[in-house]
Amino acid sequence: MSKNSLVSISDYSKEEILAILDSATGFEANPNRKTLDGKVVATLFFEPSTRTRLSFETAVIRLGGSIIGFSDAATSSSSKGETLNDTIHMVSCYADVIVMRHPLEGAARYAAEVSPVPIVNAGDGANQHPSQTLLDLYSIKKTQGTLENLNICLVGDLKYGRTVHSLIMAMSHFNPTFKFIAPEELKMPEEYKIFCRKHGIKYSEATELNNNFNDADILYMTRVQRERFQDLMEYERVKNVYTLKNKMLINSKLNLKILHPLPRVNEIDPDVDSNEKAYYFQQAQNGLYVRQAIISKVMGIKS
Amino acid sequence: MEKKLKVAALRNGTVIDHIPSDKLFKVVSILHLETSKNQITLANNLDSAKIGSKGLVKISDRALEEDETNKIALIAPNAKINIIREYEVVEKRPLVLPDEIREIAHCGNPNCITNHQPVTTRFFVIKEEGSMRLKCKYCEREMKFEEVKLK
Ligand SMILES: [Zn+2]
Repeated sequence: MSKNSLVSISDYSKEEILAILDSATGFEANPNRKTLDGKVVATLFFEPSTRTRLSFETAVIRLGGSIIGFSDAATSSSSKGETLNDTIHMVSCYADVIVMRHPLEGAARYAAEVSPVPIVNAGDGANQHPSQTLLDLYSIKKTQGTLENLNICLVGDLKYGRTVHSLIMAMSHFNPTFKFIAPEELKMPEEYKIFCRKHGIKYSEATELNNNFNDADILYMTRVQRERFQDLMEYERVKNVYTLKNKMLINSKLNLKILHPLPRVNEIDPDVDSNEKAYYFQQAQNGLYVRQAIISKVMGIKS
Repeated sequence: MEKKLKVAALRNGTVIDHIPSDKLFKVVSILHLETSKNQITLANNLDSAKIGSKGLVKISDRALEEDETNKIALIAPNAKINIIREYEVVEKRPLVLPDEIREIAHCGNPNCITNHQPVTTRFFVIKEEGSMRLKCKYCEREMKFEEVKLK
């Protein structure tokens, strides 16, 4: 079993999080290096996620490493009934690190337990996606100059959205103030509010988006998916009031930045894209530098 | 009086008393008594002044390990466990909630890896805000004890 795996954002201390972000800053300044020369990275995608896979693979290639793997389960041996344990052992004969995406929750923790090489979790079902969380933190720090004492508005599907749950965990080190804006059906679950109370994190809740984020430094939008709703009439109503439009930004703070894990459906009107407060495309690009930092860290390479 | 007699009937071993009647067979199951070769006496639906109706288990020639009695704490926190040697109670075993439980339960999350692959389940026991919850080590879901299925 490898001790260097990254499965969940809570595996990293505050110091480790900050070190990753520092390292990512270095990669942004100079992304093309040869530190992975001669190394092999496996990208095992048991479910397709082209966006995440391309980001990891580009990170490896820019570090001079090589890639093996598969991009969906149909082409992998698991479709022939091989256990995850056996797949991981087989691949670890060839690769120095495994980047893994899996539709089942807990798959990454289990893989990290049985794997002789480090595992990087690129998403396990609805559970964790730590490289997304770290690139969110990187984007926040880069645009605000700090992670400390920020007002952060989380908007949309707060019930099922794993990115917002992980973001709460990660930001808990930095004294944030949260506002949770969600329709009744998709409200923040009680266990995360308990988490906030236990860590002395201030939060408030609202159900309307408009005029509710004027003191925010970060507006973190998430996808509101149709299949989450029992009542489709309610979905139609929510879909419209949770669409961010350019004119809603008039009274927002000058330093406000809008983030979204992408892909968006219709939570952000395209008329916001040209506003300088829109940051979601740069946010996605930051993923590359953060993933270079993560792979370097789990492989013990000084950057 | 009745209790004294039953305890006295066992020469060496373990007596688990004051098990709520509807939990008796869960206790049997988590201790894997169905495959045990020891002499075992089960009694159920006995009158109890404290809990109305109780069950009782006597296992000859086996002193339960601490991790086994701690598992009982999850199911029957008010049970009484006595270790018997030569007809005497030599130890009253306090029930302590374990910090972690292994193997004895299935995760309540159908999308959890442990329900699809041969993985030994592990749960952290969380005691806070007056309630007990279990957190699956793998899928990281928190659930109430009633939400997991005992094996
Ligand atoms: Zn689980």
